[in-house]
Amino acid sequence: MELIKEHPVLEFRHGKEVTFSFDGREMKGFEGEPIAMALHANGVRTYRITPEMKRPRGFFCAIGKCSSCFMVVDGVPNVRTCVTPLSSGMKIETQRGKGLVPMETK
Amino acid sequence: MGTTATEKEKLYNSGVLVENRAGAILPPQREWENKKGGYVIIECPQRIPCNPCATSCPTGAVRPFADINDTPEIDYTKCTGCGLCIAKCPGLACFVIDLTYGKDEAVIKLPYELIPVPEKGQTVKCLSRTGEEICEGQVLSVSEPLKDRTKVVSVIIPKKLVGEIRAIKVVC
Amino acid sequence: MRKEIETDLLVVGGGAAGLCAAAEAGRAGAKVTVIESDLHAGGQLVKQTHKFFGSKDEYAGTRGYKIADILMEEIESLGDKVEIRTNTTVTGYYPEEGIYTAMRGEDEYYRIKAKKAVIATGAQERLIPFPNNDLPGVYGAGAVQTLMNVYGVIPGKRVLMVGAGNIGLIVSYQLRQAGVEIAAVVEAMPKIGGYWVHAAKIRRLGIPILLRHTITEALGDKIIEGAVIQELDDKFQLIGQPRTIECDVICMAVGLTPTTELFWQAGARMLYCPQLCGHVPYRDETMRTSHPDIWVAGDAAGIEEASAAMVEGRIAGHSAAKALGYPVKEEAFKQYWSRLDHLRAGEVGEKIRGGICQVIVKGWEA
Repeated sequence: MELIKEHPVLEFRHGKEVTFSFDGREMKGFEGEPIAMALHANGVRTYRITPEMKRPRGFFCAIGKCSSCFMVVDGVPNVRTCVTPLSSGMKIETQRGKGLVPMETK
Repeated sequence: MGTTATEKEKLYNSGVLVENRAGAILPPQREWENKKGGYVIIECPQRIPCNPCATSCPTGAVRPFADINDTPEIDYTKCTGCGLCIAKCPGLACFVIDLTYGKDEAVIKLPYELIPVPEKGQTVKCLSRTGEEICEGQVLSVSEPLKDRTKVVSVIIPKKLVGEIRAIKVVC
Repeated sequence: MRKEIETDLLVVGGGAAGLCAAAEAGRAGAKVTVIESDLHAGGQLVKQTHKFFGSKDEYAGTRGYKIADILMEEIESLGDKVEIRTNTTVTGYYPEEGIYTAMRGEDEYYRIKAKKAVIATGAQERLIPFPNNDLPGVYGAGAVQTLMNVYGVIPGKRVLMVGAGNIGLIVSYQLRQAGVEIAAVVEAMPKIGGYWVHAAKIRRLGIPILLRHTITEALGDKIIEGAVIQELDDKFQLIGQPRTIECDVICMAVGLTPTTELFWQAGARMLYCPQLCGHVPYRDETMRTSHPDIWVAGDAAGIEEASAAMVEGRIAGHSAAKALGYPVKEEAFKQYWSRLDHLRAGEVGEKIRGGICQVIVKGWEA
């Protein structure tokens, strides 16, 4: 993971390290931290492919306001990965196009 | 290096001091040459709402501001060169320079918030206001007066470059 | 089954302005619920490693993230008067019912019935048009701050910073602190927009600030691999030769725009105000909008600074608590306005003052 090892001013306190999957690949991240951060730390920059022009997108604002970082998380599309906390065993997938909303509700 | 008026303006507009101005002056030369402990030099020529240099100065050498937007003014009769303002200034704009260290050498105290942190005795690169490496200097001491991660580093530098050196680079 | 919560004062946004509003109203005795869409409260304060400007009252000399801690401590001392719900987004305001809707994560959805509200939703990063500006690697400056200062993730190896306002200058310095190289800061204007001292700090470290330069193109197929920059003349026309900069992150610090959807939904009177950087609600001296139950504070009221956001939050929280019937001290109101006027009094405050006078009203007709 591309993490800052030493910083002149800040001290980083990460939570529990957990495993999750991205497009079938197993990765490690910290529980409770945003999915987008965990992906970036694992070198993943592209989170979705746009519906019309098939362009790759990553995050932009990182505070849940711009919709650039939408991904499919545990089967649910259009998840704002920059403000959604990572949990152990999460299944993260590149969203291709608009995403299919599951028809069943809990 | 002859700089035209427009080149000077361009430099200043990008954050490089090219000449003394209100809020960014050098101490009076004669007193400075004999002042053990040095005098403060603040490079803050812009009127912005900020006054911790004045409110933190223990002797009132940085004159209390009439208005929070004032640029700092120094009362050199009161400055002890303690360097508290160096650590306090949010803009890292304060320096203390002591010209009495040696015949050709001076000591500059400057703020440092990067890693690696230099150690006493270490040789560091000395940088100009545009980040150019213009000489080397030996670290005399490293302190953290406010215990808030801003270090104050004292470096021995050539006296003739006291008007130019404003940063250091630590090479391992 | 409908889930609904009730509260005296809803504060939308738990950043500098929202936390101050909540603390002020909570201290007066109001029951306050703060809804924050991020995973923790503190807003932009949490990412600021540098020491703040201003005066002692605005915590000058204290690092931004410590100010967030101080505000949280103040709120915690009020016990259960103030509740902060993180990971929750207010998704709308329905004026017919006077109801707010909120969503927590992807599953939990509920309604909020609040007697009064302070909307302190802050701002969002802007983007300028250039080919490939949508590629992964083009990030808002705030996003880069979140990555490196909050979560300790390395943003990239070499960054091109676009914009030399305070945010562009500060984030460049923070990138250096995190060990990341800055290729250059490009600024279209003939001088930096941010504080001179912020620029001096990074110039001393050898970071170039290229005035009258802009980015004309981002390079890369799947992710950012470089950028093309070029000089501009005084009519903002391209001159000289384009230059390619190698970088893997293009950091956009070209300005913020206030986040104001809820005000529109509430039917508040709005104005497009260039000095305040976008559409903002009209407000009176208590920071109340034209909607009798809604106040505004912080960047949502106009792009300014953290110190002003905190004081505006105090004014809004004070006034909302008063409107709710809780006891408040009138001197506090005067003191807060005095502080705000001081912060805005200098040359750097001129633009803000020019904007505020367009959107402040003497009082609302009942």
